[in-house]
Amino acid sequence: MFVLPKSLKPVKNHYCPGCGHGIVHRLFAEIVDELGIREKMIAIAPVGCAVFGYFYWDFDTLEAAHGRPPAVATAIKRLMPEKVVVTYQGDGDLIAIGGNECLHAANRGENITIFFLNNTCYGMTGGQMAPTTIPGQKTTTTAQGRTSLDGNPIKVCELISSIDYVTYVARTSLHSPENILETKRAMKKAIQNQIDNKGFSLVEILSMCPTSWKMEPYDAMKYIENVVSKEFKLGVYKDRK
Amino acid sequence: MIKLLKGNYALVEGAIKAGIDAYFGYPITPQNEITEYMSIRMREEGKLFFQTESELASINMTFGAAVIGKMAMTSSSSPGISLMQEGISYLIGCELPCVIVNVQRGGPGLGNISGSQGDYFQAVKGGGHGDCKMICLLPASVQEMYEMAIKAFYLAFKYRNPVFILTDGIIGQMLEKVDLLSLEDVLKNQFKNLSVDDYKKMFDASSWALTGCEGRDSRFIRSLYMNEGELTKKNTLLLEKYKKMEQELDWEEELISDAEVVLVAYGISSRINKDACILARKSGLKVGCFRLKTAFPFPSNRLKEIARTRKILVVEMSMGQMLEDVKLAVDGVNTVDFYGISGGDLPEVNVILEKIKNMLSR
Ligand SMILES: Cc1ncc(C[n+]2csc(CCOP(=O)(O)OP(=O)(O)O)c2C)c(N)n1
Ligand code: SF4
Repeated sequence: MFVLPKSLKPVKNHYCPGCGHGIVHRLFAEIVDELGIREKMIAIAPVGCAVFGYFYWDFDTLEAAHGRPPAVATAIKRLMPEKVVVTYQGDGDLIAIGGNECLHAANRGENITIFFLNNTCYGMTGGQMAPTTIPGQKTTTTAQGRTSLDGNPIKVCELISSIDYVTYVARTSLHSPENILETKRAMKKAIQNQIDNKGFSLVEILSMCPTSWKMEPYDAMKYIENVVSKEFKLGVYKDRK
Repeated sequence: MIKLLKGNYALVEGAIKAGIDAYFGYPITPQNEITEYMSIRMREEGKLFFQTESELASINMTFGAAVIGKMAMTSSSSPGISLMQEGISYLIGCELPCVIVNVQRGGPGLGNISGSQGDYFQAVKGGGHGDCKMICLLPASVQEMYEMAIKAFYLAFKYRNPVFILTDGIIGQMLEKVDLLSLEDVLKNQFKNLSVDDYKKMFDASSWALTGCEGRDSRFIRSLYMNEGELTKKNTLLLEKYKKMEQELDWEEELISDAEVVLVAYGISSRINKDACILARKSGLKVGCFRLKTAFPFPSNRLKEIARTRKILVVEMSMGQMLEDVKLAVDGVNTVDFYGISGGDLPEVNVILEKIKNMLSR
C-alpha cells in the first residue's frame, strides 16, 4: 500500500521526470520516520537542484551557501550533539566549491551524516561539467566531451575513506529497485552511526540527470548501469568499528 | 575590575560577559590575540571554541550556530573578511544574528599588518552582495572593545541581523587601562535604559531557531525566493528593518559650540584628532571634535547641522572612504577637507594642525 512518509510533505516536487533527487528525498523521509528522529532532525539543503529540500521534508531544514553544508553542520552538531544533523549535497556542492569543508569535516571525524548525490554534472545551472563528469562525457561546457585537460573524475569515496577519523563510506546507485533498496540501507546506517555517536558517515549515491544527459529516464538508468557505475565502483569503502 | 589589556583581549572579555556560546576563527594578524585568547577563555567557560580551516568555514560555522539560535562570533582581519562576504550576505538574507569583527590591516591585497581604516566601504556599503546592511560599531579604545562586544550581541538579536565591529590593528593590539565593568554598568553606558533581565531575554530564540520540530510544526530558514514578487516583498521587509536600525545611531562630540573647524573621524584616528584639538585650542584656534561610534547608522543630520556654520576636516587612515559619506551628509552646505593616509601609517598631529590653519586662512 502506498503511504506517504510523515516526514515528507504532501506536495508535488519540481524535479524533472526520471531525476534521482525525488527518490533520495523519499528514502531520507522514510528513514527519518523509521528511526523516529523527525523531531531531532536538522537537515541542510545544498545550492543545487535540491535547494528546495525544505519544501518537501517535514522536519527542520535550512539552506546553506554553495558548498558549505559540512561547515554549517559542524557548528550545529557541536553545539547541539543531541540533534541529528544531515547534509544533502550534489557533486558541485560537495567536491568542487565545497571540497575543503568536506575534507576538513571528515578529517575531524565530525559526527554528522552526508548524503552526496553524484549525477556527474551541475544540474541546476544547466548541465555543465562537474568534478565527477565521466571522461568523454558531453556537457554544456565540454561540448566535445571531457578531456584530460579537464581533470579526471574525483572519486569521493576513495578519497574520503582514506582519512583516519572517517567512520563509514559507501557508494550506491539508483539505477534499479535492488540498488535503491541498497541505497536506503546505506543511508540508514549512515544516520544510525550518528545516533550511536560513531562519527563521520558519507553515502555517495549515483543518480540520474536525464535532462542534462539528454536521455530518456530509462536510458539514464541504463547509462548508470553501463557507464557511470563502471567509473565509480559501487560498494562499502569504509566501515570502521 | 581595572586591568591593563590589549584591545583584542578586552573584546574577548566583552563577548564572554555577554554570554557568547560559540566562537569561530582562522589565524590572521593583527587579530590573532582574539583567536588565541578565545581558545583559552571559551574552554574555561565550557563554551565552543573552534579554529576553522578558513574564513569561509568561519563565517559558515557562525551561520550554523546562528541558525540554531546560539550567540556566535567570528573575527578576522581584512583579507579574511573579504572571504566572508558571501556568508555575511546569507546571514542577512536568512535574518540571522551574529557578531563579526574586523581588526583592519593595510590593503589592498596582502597589504601589510599595520592598523588601517581601508575597509570602511566593505563594512558599510558591503556585507556581501544584494541589498545588505549591518549595524557597524566603531570602538576607539580598549574600554570600548569590551563594551561594544556586549552591545553588539544585543543588537544582533534585536534585529536578527549580523552586527559588525569595525576596528583596526592599533586598537586591537595597544595596551590600555580597561575597567571590566559588570553587565549592569556596561548597559548603563551603552544603552539609554536597559536592564540586565531585558538584555538576557533578547537571546531567547525559541520563536524562530531550528532546534528540531518537537512540539511544533517543522521550520525552514532560507534566503532563496524564486516566485514572482516574493523577493521584492522580502526585501521591503528588510528595508523596514534597516530603517528601524537607524535608532541605534551613536556619536560623540566635543568643543563644537564655538568651533570654526570640526575634526571628524572614527576609531584610532579620532584619538589623534583629540590630541590635535587640544593643541589647537592651546594656540587659540577654535577647533572641535566629532567621533562616529556607528558607521551604519550614519549621523548625517547632525553632521549637516554642524557644517552649516563650521568647516569640516575628515581624518581617516584610507584614501577617503568615510569621507564620501561625510560629503553626502554635508550635502554642499560647506567645504569638507580631507587628510587621509593609506597603507598602515598613522595621521600626524602636526599635519592636522597645518591643515586647520590653512582652512582658517582661506
Ligand atoms: C558561490 C556560488 N557559485 C555558483 C553558484 C551557481 N550554482 C548553483 S547550483 C550550482 C551547481 C550545482 O550542481 P551540483 O552540486 O552538482 O547539484 P545538482 O544541481 O546537480 O543536483 C552552481 C554552480 C552559486 N549559487 N553560488
Ligand atoms: S536538472 Fe537533473 S538533477 Fe536537476 S532536477 Fe532535472 S534531472 Fe534532476
